[in-house]
Order: sequence, then structure tokens, then C-alpha cells
Amino acid sequence: MSANPSAVPARFKRGDPVRVRRTFPPGHIRTPYYCRGHTGTIERICGAFPNPEELAYNRSGLPAQPLYRVRFKSTDLWPDYREDPTDVVEIEIFQHWLEPA
Amino acid sequence: MRRVHDMGGLHDGPVPREEHDWEPYAKRTQAMNTLLRSPSRGMVSLDEMRRNTEDLADSYGKLNYDERVVHSLAQVLLQRGVITIEELGGKMAEIEARQRQQGQST
Repeated sequence: MSANPSAVPARFKRGDPVRVRRTFPPGHIRTPYYCRGHTGTIERICGAFPNPEELAYNRSGLPAQPLYRVRFKSTDLWPDYREDPTDVVEIEIFQHWLEPA
Repeated sequence: MRRVHDMGGLHDGPVPREEHDWEPYAKRTQAMNTLLRSPSRGMVSLDEMRRNTEDLADSYGKLNYDERVVHSLAQVLLQRGVITIEELGGKMAEIEARQRQQGQST
């Protein structure tokens, strides 16, 4: 791959609803299994960072991918959730794992 | 498919709180990990370590934390060509022979 030092432009902004891609590729993946396919809300943009899925194979990970903190309702992630129904889980997810919801 | 290390959100038992002594090999493992992962050396990255540990798959749960670090450090150094399989195998045989000898003399 060609090393592009500039980051991929951010597709989402704070408050946007997003769905995590429901896919199960091999290799080193930072997107937890339990949130794949679920819908959440962009809580903030954390910045842009080299893609760890590429760094895991000693490649550059460039161009840098925007990283977001995504907020999920616990009751959305686990339908049988019995604690406070207003509980949320925040997960940092790279842009290439997110699509508009 | 959920991979073995990706256990977030699963139910499990309580966390054991008691402290334990570090065996000498565990201390050496952590020292080696710190030195090789130092950004100034740029020899081993966290992401490569995690990939190799996760690729243990069925063996993941059979090894303890330090054993997994030893495994992954060796894998990354082999993958990057820092050491060869012959060098690693030769050194392991040498240490084994030395320990056998020490075991006999004591």
C-alpha cells in the first residue's frame, strides 16, 4: 500500500447515529465482537490514528483513520440487561467499522 | 465468529484479588518486553504482539500471561527477521543442556 501521511476525512460528527459493521475478518481487530451490528451515537471524535489492523502486520497503517467514541445503550447491546436502563457503554471505534444508521 | 480473546460482555466469575510472587522467568520476560517494545528501538509493536497472542487461538487459555508474551515476542522477532529459527532453537537447546548440567551438579 502507498503511505499517505494525511488522514482519511471524518465522515461523522458528534450526535450522528452509526451502525457498527457486522463482519468477522481474521487478524487483529479492535472492534469488540459484542458491538458488531449494533447502533450507537457518535459521542466525540478522538482524532485520527494509524490503522492497528495494518500495524499488526508491521505495515504503516496510513492513511490515518478517524477514531470515534461511540455511545451505546446497554439495553441495546444486551436485550436481557437488568441493571439501570439508562446505563450506556462507550467504545472507541475506527471509522472504517462504522456506517450511517 | 467470536475469537477466543474477544470476551468482552461475557459473564465470568469474580476477579481473584490475591497477590502472587513473580517467578524469575516472568521478571525477565517483562524486562525483555519493555526493552524490545521501546519506541527508540522500533523492533516490536503492541499491535504485532496482540495479533500473535490472539493467533494462539485454542492455546490462548492454556498459557499464562508471561508465557503468551514470550510466545509473541519470539514470533515477532522471527517474522521481522531479527532472529532466525536456527538461532532460537540453538539457544533453547543450549539453555536446556546447561540446566540439565546444573541439575546434576546440585
